[in-house]
Order: sequence, then C-alpha cells, then structure tokens
Amino acid sequence: MSKHLIEFTDISKSYDGSLVLDELNLYIRENEFLTLLGPSGCGKTTTLRLLGGFETPDKGRIHFDGADITDLPANERKLNTVFQKYSLFPHMSIAENIAFGLKIRKKSKSYIEDKIKYALKLVNLDGFERRSVDSLSGGQQQRIAIARAIVKEPKVLLLDEPLGALDLKLRQNMQYELMRLKEELGITFVYVTHDQEEALMMSDTIVVMNQGYIQQIGTPEMIYNEPENAFVADFIGHSNILDGTMLEDRLVEILGVRLPCVDEGFGQNRPVDVVIRPEDVELVSPAEGCMEGTVTSLIFKGVHYELDVMANGYEWLVHTTKHIPEGTKVGILVTPFNIQIMRKPESSDEKAVEVDV
Amino acid sequence: MVKKSLQRLYLFLIFVFLYLPIIVLIVLSFNNSRTRVVWGGFTFDWYISCFQDEKIMSAFLTTIQITFLSALISTAIGTLAAFGISAMKKRGQTICLGATNIPLLNADIVTGISMMLLFVRFMDLGFMTVLAAHITFSIPYVILNVLPKLKAVNRSTYEAALDLGATPLYAFYRVTWPEIRPGVFSGFMMAITMSLDDFSITYFTKGPGVNTLSTMLYTELRKGIKPELYALSTILFFIVLIVLLLGNIRPQRKAQQL
Ligand SMILES: Nc1ncnc2c1ncn2[C@@H]1O[C@H](COP(=O)(O)OP(=O)(O)OP(=O)(O)O)[C@@H](O)[C@H]1O
Ligand SMILES: [Mg+2]
Repeated sequence: MSKHLIEFTDISKSYDGSLVLDELNLYIRENEFLTLLGPSGCGKTTTLRLLGGFETPDKGRIHFDGADITDLPANERKLNTVFQKYSLFPHMSIAENIAFGLKIRKKSKSYIEDKIKYALKLVNLDGFERRSVDSLSGGQQQRIAIARAIVKEPKVLLLDEPLGALDLKLRQNMQYELMRLKEELGITFVYVTHDQEEALMMSDTIVVMNQGYIQQIGTPEMIYNEPENAFVADFIGHSNILDGTMLEDRLVEILGVRLPCVDEGFGQNRPVDVVIRPEDVELVSPAEGCMEGTVTSLIFKGVHYELDVMANGYEWLVHTTKHIPEGTKVGILVTPFNIQIMRKPESSDEKAVEVDV
Repeated sequence: MVKKSLQRLYLFLIFVFLYLPIIVLIVLSFNNSRTRVVWGGFTFDWYISCFQDEKIMSAFLTTIQITFLSALISTAIGTLAAFGISAMKKRGQTICLGATNIPLLNADIVTGISMMLLFVRFMDLGFMTVLAAHITFSIPYVILNVLPKLKAVNRSTYEAALDLGATPLYAFYRVTWPEIRPGVFSGFMMAITMSLDDFSITYFTKGPGVNTLSTMLYTELRKGIKPELYALSTILFFIVLIVLLLGNIRPQRKAQQL
C-alpha cells in the first residue's frame, strides 16, 4: 500500500457549542480518490475546510506528508480547493482567474500562458481565455474553478460537491471527466458528495459520515456489499433492514423465522440488525419460501420491477425482472450468503447510526 | 394622447418648481445691475469681484478643506465600521444600524446644538470642531453605501484567493476591494455632498472667524444683497451637480462594460 499522505488525528470541531466533528480519525493515501459521503449537515464541508486551512480544529492534529499543518495558514498549504459555492473572481477574465495563483508564485509570462492553455484543454474549454465569468454556465464555471486549482500543481485537490448544482446529464459527463483528470494528473483527490451513486462510481475509498462520526471506511464494493451498520446500509441504497436476533453462530431469527446465515462471532441471543438487499430477495411459490407474503405494489423501473411484499408484518422491498401482479401470494427466499448481519449500536458514540431518513 | 400630454405637463411643472429658483439665481448672477428687477445686460463682473473678495475666498478655502478632509476620514472610518457590522451576528447588526441611522433622521438643528454643547465643554469652537462634526454626520452615509456591497461579496472568492496562495492582505486587495470599491466611492461622494450642503450643524459648531461658504452666505445675506453672492451660489450649485454626476455616472458605465 502506498504511504499515508494526510492524517487526521482525534479532530474535534464545534460551532457555537454544537459539536460538528467528534474525535475524527482518518488517513488518506497518496494518489487515492477518497470520497466523504454523508447526508447534508454531517460535517463533510467542515472536514474539508479543516484540511484546506479555513478552519482550525478545537482539538487534534492534521499531518500532511509527515509535517504538522494544523496551524499552517491556508495560503501556505500545498493543496487546492474547488469550493461548494461558485468562487471565480467576477471582475477578472477566465485567463486572469486561472493565472491568479501563478502570478503570486511569480511565474514567467510564457509559463503562465502555456499553463492556461493546458488547463483549459484539460477541462475541455479551449479558447475561453477572454470570456467573462458571467457569460459561463454553471458547469463551465465549475470546470474553470478546477482548472484554476490544478495549474498550481497541488499534491491534493479538494473538491466540495463540485457537481452539486448541475443537471443529471452534465453531472454524469463531469464525473467521467473528473476521473479522467485524476488519471492524467496522478494526484490525490478528496471529494465530497451526498450522492451515493457518484461516490460508488468514482472513488477508490469511501468514508461514510453521519452527524460528525465516521460510520464506515472502505472500497465502494465493501461499502455496498458489507455495510457495517444500518445507517450505511440505508444510506447507500434502499434496503430491507430488519431487527433480528443472532441465536448462535450461523443462525439468525427474523420476523419469527430462523434462517441460516454465514456470520459468526456475535455471541448467543444477541439483538442485531439484518440487511437484505432488494435484489437478493428471491420470490418463489408460497410453499417453497421460508416466509409467505402478498405483493402489495408493483412499479416498473426500466431494468426491473420494484415490488413491495407484505410478509410476517414487514414490508419487503424486492427487485425482480418477473412481472408479478398485485395481490399474488408469494414465498420469500434468501440464501444464507446474502444475509448481512450487523451489530446494533450500543454506546452513545454510536447513536449517530440511528436511521433518520 | 391627452393622457400622455397631461403626464408631460405634470412632469414639466415639477421641474419648473424644482429648478426655477436656481435658474433665476443663475440668471441674476450674470445681471449687470445692482437691483433684482432690472436686466442691465450680461456681465462676468460679479464672478470676478467674487474671486477678489477676501471673505468669500477664505470661506471657499475652508469649505474645500473641511469637505475633503471630512469625506476622506469619514469614508475610512465608515468603511471599517461596515466591515465590523457585517461580521456581527444578526442582533448586533440591527442594533448598530439603528444607532447609526438615528443621526440621519435627527433634525440637523438638534444634532448641531447637541454637538455644540458637547464641544464647548472640551475645546474652543473652530475649524477642528466643524471638521469633527462633519465627519460624524457623514459616517452613516458611508456605512449605508458600503454595507450592501460588502454583504453581496461572496465569501468564498476571498477564501479561494487564500487557497491559491494569496496572503490575506493581497486577497483583500485583489478580490474583496474591487467588489466593494463602487460602494466606497459613492459613500465618499455622498460625504462630499453632505458636507458641502450642510448649514445648521456647521453654524452651531463653528467658532467666530471660521466660515464655510454656506454660513458665510447666510451672514452676508443678512447684511444686504450682494450680487457676488449669486455668482458664488451658482458656482456652488455647479460643484455639487458635477460631484453628483461623477458619483452616478461612474458606477453605471462600469456596469455597462461588464
Ligand atoms: N460557520 C458555521 N457556523 C455555525 N455552524 C456551522 C458553520 N459551518 C457549518 N456549521 C454547521 O456544522 C454542521 C456541519 O456542516 P457542514 O457544512 O460540514 O455540512 P456538510 O456535510 O458539508 O453538508 P452539505 O452536504 O449540506 O454541504 C451543520 O450543522 C452546519 O449547520
Ligand atoms: Mg457541504
């Protein structure tokens, strides 16, 4: 594994007495595409601002490339930010905007001109040098903001929901462009979003946050397939999250039915959260299933049908390619491998995992 | 059609009422006759003797000094105050703005008398007290001009400048200042016109021997009509007009360029 470029150690931050980040610990590897993912107000921007040098933590240290940068002012840090709000300088042309950081570094005129050309090409806006900021669309402005940040050749680029204000089509295009950009530049990206699809698609590592706590850190596959708690499972995708009891290793009871599973080490008769993804629920004839239920609604979603199935007092969300009309009696079957068992939150620290969606 | 011409007539009447007195004044300043009712031919004599009159010239100098000094100082203080206010919480802002607005609404004569009472307690009335008074009543105008601009400034542009390596001072100079400059400029212009315009506050805070144009005009007119004073008033009117035009045209042209 490559080395840790950035380390947050026990970072706490509160505004006006309300705690926004609580003892956050996180490392970011060199050349990683790391995404902070979480609902609005969970502290993503705050984390990024601490890293950019626009806030100082109440407690804890931040290290960059081995050096303590906790008290280093923003203008001396070797990283650049693309802000959540548009932040181009309105009274300067596009070229002047991009040249801003280079002029401070006293680069030569020809160097600056080359860089502007190169950066505009990189963000697919060749020939925009003389345009004014107002004449650009939101997506173009955000791309110029990226160009302005990357001409400084930062080791790390921080991006705070750079695509938040764009429409779906443009957002998808920009996602690919950002991934390409990261490949071409070969630098570390720290990306903030509340869009789980965006995070799953673009990241090497996802950090799921809620109410100032890190819920889970892992690759997109790990986050999606093995959510560590009910919050992550719910936030990453619509899922069936049920209360259950772990009777013993490899045996769990949900909705009054005992099901074999593959998890071990939870102890005996422990309350747990059980996650079963909608696409992992098989619908069979009533006699074959481990539970009997009735289809209560059916929605066509393009690639699949989305069904609600009422069984043992729980409304199951099921994805299937078969058309099963409302009112049909079905059996529900889940293979042991697809049952995901998660510990229930216990300490007050873990309260934040309570699902409030 | 009738409605349209009525509208025009109405507008015309308003302008007549507004500007007729000034036009009369301007015409009289060129009248080669000591009485007001007779037109004695066109002359520049009053302008010439106006510039030769020592009293008038010293008042003119005092006015220019007071106006520019007070405008400069109040612009500096008012701009800094606007920064402070914009950084406050909502409650503090309301209180501060209320406090700065009261002198605006207060009758000049009340402000003038209360300042005089305050000043005589600590110092002799004179040039400095007039200057202090002018600075004081100009500050709210500057704040009112700068604050909206400051509120419109996007905080993330300042932070973006820091992010790109600018020191806080450079970031302010290159990014924040250009955005608030029109407000500071129009605040400065306002301060100039307010200071030129003021009579009552100056009248109460000035010591013996110190005169601005407006107080000098007042004392001279009481002694009797001198046509030089028409010439002086005309000059004063055009100075204010030019200042106002400058203040209004500049931001507009700027807006068109963008
Ligand atoms: N300057 C500030 N003063 C007071 N409270 C703040 C400040 N900045 C952020 N907060 C609070 O801190 C919490 C976390 O804010 P933050 O901006 O980090 O959220 P976020 O995860 O970026 O959300 P979003 O997705 O909406 O951008 C919020 O409750 C917010 O109200
Ligand atoms: Mg945010």
